[in-house]
Amino acid sequence: MILRLIERTGVFLVSLAVSSVLVFAFMAVLPGDPARVALGVNASDEAVAELRRQFGLDRPLPTQYFDWLGGLLHGDLGTSYVSKVAIGPQVFDRLQVTLWLVVAGMVIALVVAVPAGTVMAARHRKISGLALSAFSQVGVAVPAFLAGILLIVVFAVRLGWLPANGWTPPAQDPAMFLKQLILPALSLGLVQGAVLTRYVRSAVLEVLREDYLRTARAKGLRPFQALWRHGLRNAAVPVLTVLGLQLATLLIGAVVVERVFVIPGLGSLLLDGVSNRDLLLVQDVVMVLVIAVLLVNFIVDLLYVALDPRLRTAS
Amino acid sequence: MNDVLTVRGLSVTVRETALVSDVDLTVGAGERVGLIGESGSGKSLTALSILGLLPEDVRAGGSVRLDGVDHELVGADERRMSRVRGRDIAMVFQEPMTALNPTMRIGDQIAETMLVHKTLSKPAARTAAADLLERVQLPAETLRAYPHQLSGGQRQRVVLALALANDPALLICDEPTTALDVTVQALVLDLIVRGVVDRSSALLFITHDLAVVATVCERVLVMYGGRVVEAGPVNEVFTRPRHRYTEGLLAASDLETTSRRLTTIPGNVPPAGRFPSGCVFRTRCAHATALCEETPAWSGSEAEGFACHHPAAQGSLEGVADA
Repeated sequence: MILRLIERTGVFLVSLAVSSVLVFAFMAVLPGDPARVALGVNASDEAVAELRRQFGLDRPLPTQYFDWLGGLLHGDLGTSYVSKVAIGPQVFDRLQVTLWLVVAGMVIALVVAVPAGTVMAARHRKISGLALSAFSQVGVAVPAFLAGILLIVVFAVRLGWLPANGWTPPAQDPAMFLKQLILPALSLGLVQGAVLTRYVRSAVLEVLREDYLRTARAKGLRPFQALWRHGLRNAAVPVLTVLGLQLATLLIGAVVVERVFVIPGLGSLLLDGVSNRDLLLVQDVVMVLVIAVLLVNFIVDLLYVALDPRLRTAS
Repeated sequence: MNDVLTVRGLSVTVRETALVSDVDLTVGAGERVGLIGESGSGKSLTALSILGLLPEDVRAGGSVRLDGVDHELVGADERRMSRVRGRDIAMVFQEPMTALNPTMRIGDQIAETMLVHKTLSKPAARTAAADLLERVQLPAETLRAYPHQLSGGQRQRVVLALALANDPALLICDEPTTALDVTVQALVLDLIVRGVVDRSSALLFITHDLAVVATVCERVLVMYGGRVVEAGPVNEVFTRPRHRYTEGLLAASDLETTSRRLTTIPGNVPPAGRFPSGCVFRTRCAHATALCEETPAWSGSEAEGFACHHPAAQGSLEGVADA
């Protein structure tokens, strides 16, 4: 058990280190000199060299990498080459916004997928199960931004029930926060939910065929009781795998959905960074997204161990 | 002695195909009855239809009554059947490796059997689970173990413990030792017999292993092609078989034969639903005649009899090796 935890933690730390090298290397090989970008094409070579020295870009790449990494470990993400503003606080503010969106989207996806997938599996030969299947098939085919636009058209423009865009921090006005959160969270969550539903369905179908479910029935548990007490935890293991992967997709989805709903999240910060050629900002945001994805996978690994006692011995 | 289980005219069908036809079966209180036959003979389906756990789109017809339960078991709704299962009838399945929930501790799985029927309170069920484990000779630490930490034989003993938890009137065992090593088979069989004798429960024991039936059961029913072809006390049927199928089955498993070649029944068991009309065994029977195209009537009593137009002579096994 302890060995297993150490093993998973080791894998997490190593992948963090490797991905930080990759992100840094990728940015380093991109053509274009941040100093030249900052000063414009007409700047003299001396001025550019001077700025490169200020940014620390004249040092060898390994030194630059460890400098950047050391800063990351202390929570110091550096100063933007373009706006000359500290990047850390910006990323932190934007991250909170995106996290709200992603978490709300995930909750919606789960709330949709777990009951719908279970019903689809339990009634896979009945009309209600087939109808749900067809409905989820449609959901799978719709991208999140399109779902967002459709939701805006119906609920904001036609019905006028909810605001079409904007963002209010929850501490400032909780009611407004919720109102503005609903549509973007729905457009992320419903699409992911439709995908997740299909995985929940096949996981539950798999479990329904298991011998231990028949044992549970032979004990005197009703079909639904047997599924609830003995099936769901077992079905959760494969679903968790998909959930981990989906969270990564959700982060990417958030980048687009933030644009549609004009939300100042990490996604819009990233897109702004790209259009301003703010390389360090882009590098930091990408790294934060990578850390988030790795962290999710690490948590998924720990949850496996919690769910399935067979995984508690180190492989 | 009143009968615990009374099965009359049981049939099992999937769509239009009959898998089990016209099975009559009675198990008395505390009686140990064997159900033998090759795979595909309908033994397991018979057991599952008694318990009402047939797979979807497989249907049972006829009548199954259990002493002390005031309703018909065939076609009873889930609510009523779930009260019977695990309390009045319990079952041990063939495959111990997959029969237990891998994510739940053994103690909780055993205790659940008592909790779901509210036969005991939570703390009492825990104590009872420990006691049940002790009776199947597993250490008390097993309570906190997960199934993957146990061997096949140990898991089957756990399944037996949870089947016996509510002192059922009838225990059904479906090939309980087939998947186990020979060395642990004897122990599990012994625990099954002791478990039912201690509780005066009746036992319906399904197997294809004649030696096992001989050690465990008092009475035996022989199934072939979804029908009961012969029934009677074990020593009677095994020493003086009347149905030609029983005769062949015994000859095929006779280990004391002096003959060098293995005796087999010619041909294969037909696939489900492809059994011949009339006597189901006639396509493989050396004694079959035109008469066998008619379904043979049952001769003798329900407890002891056979269904064959050309039964083996009483008290002889001669001619079997040539069949």
